[in-house]
Amino acid sequence: MKAFFQSLLRHPSGRIGAAIVLLYIIVALLSQAGLTPYDPLKQFRIERLQGATLAHWMGTDMFGRDVLSRLMIGIGQSFLVAFSSVGLAAVIGTLLGLTAAWFGHLWDGLVMRLMDVLLAFPAILLALLFIAVVGPGTFTSILAIAFVYTPIFTRVVRGPALSIKTRDFVDAARSFGSSTSYILTRHLMLNLVAPLTVQVTLALAWSLLTESGLSFLGLGTQPPNSSLGLMLADSVNLMEMAPWLLIFPALAVMLGILGFNLLGDALRDILDPRMRRVVA
Amino acid sequence: MSKLLSVSGLKVGFGRGDALRPVVHGVDFDLAAGETLAIVGESGSGKSVTALSINRLVDYGGGRILDGRMDFLTAGGAVINLATASDRRMEKIRGGEIGMIFQEPMTSLNPVLTIGEQISEAFRLQRGLTGQAARAATLEALERVRIADAARRLGYYPHQLSGGMLQRVMIAMALATNPRLLIADEPTTALDVSVQAQIMALLAELRRETGTGLIFITHDMGLVAGIADRVMVMKEGQVVEQGPLDRILDHPDHPYTQHLLKAVPHFSGGRHVRRDHRRASAGETTPTLKVEGMTVRFPATAGLLRRSIGAIHAVESVDFDVMPGETLAIVGESGSGKSTTARALLGLVKPSRGTFSVLDERPANRRKPVQMVFQNPYASLNPRLDVESLLAEPVLASGERVDAAVRARMAALLERVGLPANSIRRYAHEFSGGQRQRLCIARALMVNPAVLVLDEAVSALDVSVQAKVLDLLIDLQNEMKLAYLFVSHDMAVVERIAHRVAVLYAGRIVEIGAAQAVLSSPQHAYTRRLIAAVPTMERRREIFELDTATIPTLLRPPGYEPPQDHWRVCGEDHQVRIEGDPYKDQNHVADARR
Repeated sequence: MKAFFQSLLRHPSGRIGAAIVLLYIIVALLSQAGLTPYDPLKQFRIERLQGATLAHWMGTDMFGRDVLSRLMIGIGQSFLVAFSSVGLAAVIGTLLGLTAAWFGHLWDGLVMRLMDVLLAFPAILLALLFIAVVGPGTFTSILAIAFVYTPIFTRVVRGPALSIKTRDFVDAARSFGSSTSYILTRHLMLNLVAPLTVQVTLALAWSLLTESGLSFLGLGTQPPNSSLGLMLADSVNLMEMAPWLLIFPALAVMLGILGFNLLGDALRDILDPRMRRVVA
Repeated sequence: MSKLLSVSGLKVGFGRGDALRPVVHGVDFDLAAGETLAIVGESGSGKSVTALSINRLVDYGGGRILDGRMDFLTAGGAVINLATASDRRMEKIRGGEIGMIFQEPMTSLNPVLTIGEQISEAFRLQRGLTGQAARAATLEALERVRIADAARRLGYYPHQLSGGMLQRVMIAMALATNPRLLIADEPTTALDVSVQAQIMALLAELRRETGTGLIFITHDMGLVAGIADRVMVMKEGQVVEQGPLDRILDHPDHPYTQHLLKAVPHFSGGRHVRRDHRRASAGETTPTLKVEGMTVRFPATAGLLRRSIGAIHAVESVDFDVMPGETLAIVGESGSGKSTTARALLGLVKPSRGTFSVLDERPANRRKPVQMVFQNPYASLNPRLDVESLLAEPVLASGERVDAAVRARMAALLERVGLPANSIRRYAHEFSGGQRQRLCIARALMVNPAVLVLDEAVSALDVSVQAKVLDLLIDLQNEMKLAYLFVSHDMAVVERIAHRVAVLYAGRIVEIGAAQAVLSSPQHAYTRRLIAAVPTMERRREIFELDTATIPTLLRPPGYEPPQDHWRVCGEDHQVRIEGDPYKDQNHVADARR
């Protein structure tokens, strides 16, 4: 574990990615704990649509609310959605992929064809469809994003699982009479941790984007709550008058995605034994 | 004789700067035209790197020649130093003057091109032949390596040919341009014994016909005796000894050579079988393992609709028993059904018919009385688990908890198989191949089995390690009265560990009996062929005979039932199946892959 963090810090993009992600997580935690500079809903009527000042580092919006505070809350909200949806997708996807690979035959065919159908739609379209049926809201956007990313995890897990399944140590386990659940968790899952970690990190980046997209369209987080996509949507009409309203949330989205992608790339390098030599 | 190749002070390393890791530290040798030099060593000795340096293929593997000269006499009479020759020059030499044969014929050929296309490619590049001329030359090349029915085989893809056939194709390609030097890197390691004998015979004949110089790399001293003129023994990147074949084999100077020679399992035709066990006559003792009429068939389907076209009769009505403290060796070539038999006992494949019973004197529990040690110790240990978790698995699988008693047993077994006490927190990759196999043995013994199935358990190990693991197995057997089912293709190893031998051919036992009887006076034609194929130290430069018999197909039409076996008893404990000449079986399809 210690060696893992050391090689992560030695990896150039890993260092940057890890720093960005860590910063976001701290911001998200602070905002959820209520430690923002101002109450994000408090309206400073006199100071509406101000640019950056000493009192309001990122200015104020059209209702006079502090942009920095709202941004922090927004990051917290986006992270909540991203982490829960990716977590959900990873669990369901892994379960499906693992059982598909292990039991094969009809179950494998059924699961994988369903995943093929889901993957055939663009992610945002599928999420829209889901929300159209269930109705908008934070919880539904979590479900929608999880729904959209499940097939990716299923595929990522099924491939390696199929190859690990044929390895001798799995045969050895079966020869001892180990139970299926033991083999699936100890032998298959443990060897899938590396590809899964990478996939989770990358999926976090995409789901951050999808969440912003859904909120932007008014289908995710509902006002007066704040989220990055919602802040962008609010700022569009004031773009020329108050560009900071657009720039800061947009930067936040971009930087977040960049952070996760850099971290994902680094993890792939570190966790893939074939790449290890190149990095070291 | 003129020198074809003269290597002096060759040093090869991998990596650069701080990471530079030298692997060959100054090798010198000379090779005369038409001479065969065998380079012998265990894994990591630098023998392959030395060979790959000669045609500079080592450059593509990240290696670099650090120092030394390699003077090669070209066909034109000029002498060039291969160590410093330009890449363009080397391309010409690799194709035209130095041929190479690799270990794995299956992965050395391109799977999407027919073998005809691949061989004619060599002719096109090196001699500029195209069209009919290339085809004719290809045909001739295939005939030269004794591939029967060559014209039809040209259109075959690699997957349609057996390993032995593919290695012949590789040799045909290497010889396409009449090289003056042929480098063979463990060319028979991936092949069965009888196929190995054929490839060795082919190499020996071709060498006589073409006068090619040959560098033969191997870990097997037994093979060296059959082909080499001179022998060079390498260890850790250094030459420990070199000289003429007879001197090295008969009067080795260096302790390492002596050690290697001693470690080679000598096959002596049943003269040195184990005598530490006397088989009790029937009724006296109950066998630990009794197998009756074991039959394994795999359904075979064809076409888009997966229409059933019959079944592969992988194992057919196999009967045998193993007494406590006894080793039964199951020998045969790949596809003979020996591994399938072993796997059926472990429940890894489901027998279609037949029963097996294990005498288990221990109190009834869920512990499986049959445990297995697999061939490849690198693949049979989960890389993500530490030793404690690995050893705990059979215990957990039998529904028990890992308590202090189990931990004590782990420590005791680790010590017993010769692993350091601090192994318990380590992971499989921190151990060498031999240590891993010891770990696998300890794991199999965790639940106190009555029967241990050893599926080619030592064939992935270096000879000296192999010998030590065999000793350990024999000691453990005597200590714990274990019954061993030892599956192997290596007759020398079998002679060393077996009390009894069962010979499997095309899924059926053709001969079974006391090891001494079966190995010294084989009765069945197939057993004789297997034993004749074993390379030994005694048979120096003996001309192997080319045998073109092939294994019959095991695919039978639906509902097919084989005729009843008839047995001839030819000794107190020696039986052989009576049959017409197996090589004239009507179901005999040449070259069918299993």
